[in-house]
Amino acid sequence: MIESVTIDLRINGEVHSLEVETKRTLLEVLRQDLLLTGTKRGCNQGVCGACSILVDGNSIRSCLSLAVAMQGRDIVTIEGLSNGALLDRVQRAFLDAGAIQCGFCMPGMIISAKGLLNRNPRPSREEIRNALGNNICRCSGYVKVIDAVHRAATT
Amino acid sequence: MYTDDIVVPRMLYGAVLGSDYAHARILSYDTTAAEALPGVKVVLTGAKLDGKLYGKCIEDEPILATGKVRYVGEPVAAVAAVDRATAKQALQLIEIQYEELPAVFDAEEALAADAPPIHEDRMRYGGRVPPLDNPNLASSTGFQEGDVEAAWAQCDVIVEDTYETPAQQHMYLEPCSTLAVYDRAADQLTLWTATQGVFIVQYAIAKWLGLPMSKVRVIAPYIGGAFGGKGGLTNQPIAAALAVAAAAPVKLTYSREDDMTMMKSRHPSRIYMRTGAKQDGTLVAREARIYLNTGAYADEGPFVNAIAAGFSRGPYRIPNFKTEAWCVYTNRLKAGGMRGFGVPQANYASELQLDAIANKLGLDPIELRMKNALVTGDKFLGGQNVDHGTVIGCLEAVRQASNWETRRAKRAVQPGKRRGIGVASAAHVCAMNGAGATIKLNEDGTLTVNTGAVDVGQGSDTALSQLAAGVLGVSLDQIKYAAPDTDFSPYNHQTGGSRTTYTVGVAVERASEHARDQIFEHAGEMLECSVDDLELRPGGLVGVKGVPAKQLPFTAIAKRALFNVGGPIMGTANWVYEAEKFDPKRTLTAGFAPNAVGVFYFAALVVEVDVDEATGKVEIVEAWSAHDVGRAINPGAVAGQIQGGLVQGFGLALIEELLWDEGRLVNPSMMDYKVPGAMDVPYEIHAIILEDPEKTGPFGARGVGEIPVNLAAPAICNAIEDAIGAKLTTIPATGERVLRAML
Repeated sequence: MIESVTIDLRINGEVHSLEVETKRTLLEVLRQDLLLTGTKRGCNQGVCGACSILVDGNSIRSCLSLAVAMQGRDIVTIEGLSNGALLDRVQRAFLDAGAIQCGFCMPGMIISAKGLLNRNPRPSREEIRNALGNNICRCSGYVKVIDAVHRAATT
Repeated sequence: MYTDDIVVPRMLYGAVLGSDYAHARILSYDTTAAEALPGVKVVLTGAKLDGKLYGKCIEDEPILATGKVRYVGEPVAAVAAVDRATAKQALQLIEIQYEELPAVFDAEEALAADAPPIHEDRMRYGGRVPPLDNPNLASSTGFQEGDVEAAWAQCDVIVEDTYETPAQQHMYLEPCSTLAVYDRAADQLTLWTATQGVFIVQYAIAKWLGLPMSKVRVIAPYIGGAFGGKGGLTNQPIAAALAVAAAAPVKLTYSREDDMTMMKSRHPSRIYMRTGAKQDGTLVAREARIYLNTGAYADEGPFVNAIAAGFSRGPYRIPNFKTEAWCVYTNRLKAGGMRGFGVPQANYASELQLDAIANKLGLDPIELRMKNALVTGDKFLGGQNVDHGTVIGCLEAVRQASNWETRRAKRAVQPGKRRGIGVASAAHVCAMNGAGATIKLNEDGTLTVNTGAVDVGQGSDTALSQLAAGVLGVSLDQIKYAAPDTDFSPYNHQTGGSRTTYTVGVAVERASEHARDQIFEHAGEMLECSVDDLELRPGGLVGVKGVPAKQLPFTAIAKRALFNVGGPIMGTANWVYEAEKFDPKRTLTAGFAPNAVGVFYFAALVVEVDVDEATGKVEIVEAWSAHDVGRAINPGAVAGQIQGGLVQGFGLALIEELLWDEGRLVNPSMMDYKVPGAMDVPYEIHAIILEDPEKTGPFGARGVGEIPVNLAAPAICNAIEDAIGAKLTTIPATGERVLRAML
């Protein structure tokens, strides 16, 4: 059995050549090897959504993804959303809507919102609610989160 | 940056082994195989520690189980190793021999004379709560006013029932985490940790490890939610003990399963309650018996128990009243403070009884509440003054906003669904204990606020900064908020009790005024005028009244103070809330551990639900909740607290419940223990902010954080009863329970 392989991971536009054990998840590699700690570990079971990242524009759970399966894919983490000091419009909208409380779920929430807007640039509030249904926030009650995504889609 | 995001050189990773038994004597340990595993640096057990006990109320808890284990999952051994996988592997190699003991899981059963004693040494424990006559009884609290026995005869209607509430888990998104760095040469321990209070951690770690407090430094980075679960101690003592033993940095971050099996929950409760009223709805008498299951260790249980008893009369006048509450040890996961702190349990029973009376008498539930609501000049249970009679204001606001009468009279009904509407009101308390603040004028004219108060996501960093900005007439970006750090911050009790904006806010307001006075003294000398002639101008300027051209920026004042005369400008203030004591002529009180409470605040909620006739599943259609916050320092954050608190309460009402098979937790994962997601709650959660200024609060502010949880379960269960005609006296009101109630 092959225990580790060398892969090229394209993350936030930069290619990282890494030797990784085949059993390791992308979340572990992001947080431990690359110190991209914006992606959070809340449950490690694919339930809470705090570890969401974009792969080829779609939001997925990095805790359920093996790093070795990500060769050749285009990965974007929360660190890759902002362009230098300039925040992405979704990040800006979350700040402006006052949607951020403790902040821990927010990278995943913003990534999931980004994934939604990639496939549906003008979602209704109901579509937003549905798309964020698997990103748990324990602070906000979701009202301002939904408002933030709506704001990002309409401004 | 959250605790687990921090990496330091030579850092080791910690892992903790939990007990397999609910109640067992530890006969022996064999850690040789674990210690021999390459990469393992330290293996600790209770036998290697000196057996010191700690607890906020009762000193009953060891760092690692010592002598015996008292619940499944109790930390019995801990490892520090070069990586997480090695640390976890080492846990599997630790051999512990146990002798199983009879266990008890129910609070009332644990009080029986023949119940197995969980803390045989209870009589010898230190702490602020004295032992009682039963070793399984952590504490008890009683209140009595009027003559409840005689009063039943005056009642035209009496309702009586038994209510049960579950062990709700805090489920902050960030599991508990501590990075402990020990510098052997300096004998200095530094902890970065997810906590609600750096000073409580400092005190407890110093005491537990036998270090002087000055040798323990605690820093709070960003905290990923807390809700009471990161109050007091979390996994800091284990991380600290590992770091000291290894003389190396140790990061201990719990997995979700570890967090759920080793940390704590809200107290499960059983409440027997009886309430009587006159034909016109005037409440006459109430009697309540409350049992809180605090699990294996007391933690904040005696305080929670006291608050549950103290709020079991609700925000109402009931002249004849008697309540007794027992906080009981069992062989379950320990329970501690969680948002609402005993009031959600008591208020659930209380508010269901209000509706039961309204139904029997054919009265409108809101009318009944208004008729009996405390108003300004009334006394709360215990005799403290109610300075703000806003229960009625909150009820009126939700009645209007929800269009209560119309909705009650005429329901939109979908096939297969039954619709209902319900109401609840609640009281809570803010303030408590000491707070301090410093505000430093920096060389560039900005100001740094330092209070030691931890923002756990409720937005206090922003609100406290806004208060300073408001006093000093500067914009928010001219204020920096310093991270809580025991080396630099003034003392603050922890975040909790809805106290931060209110209590710490007063200290910030006064420290800002103190800084302003110092700024004025310099400016008076620089502008050659009396300080009485000076005024603050927006953006960090001091000017001479009536003379627009004569002014100085804060930078000029800072430079003079720092480089020429006077020294740094540092405004300081501290404030200790002096709570009114209970009035012994009015109320018989026994065993109220906190001695006194604080400033009352009130709220109300109307909620509309649909009940599915086939599945019993309850869907929340819309909610309206009014809160008298005194003054909303940051209205957006206040709305976030109300909406987020309500949704936590909706979880408690409908889905959240830790479940055990005997002693073993069966759902310690987010897969099996569900908290509400965006699809489980409506977007239409209307937060209504009322502002009747608090005369003692900063800019008129009061607390808001906890009360939403007090409202949710009773309003929902009252709405369910309105829909299906049956009472839900056990929560969560799962589909199964609702369906049974309908049959």
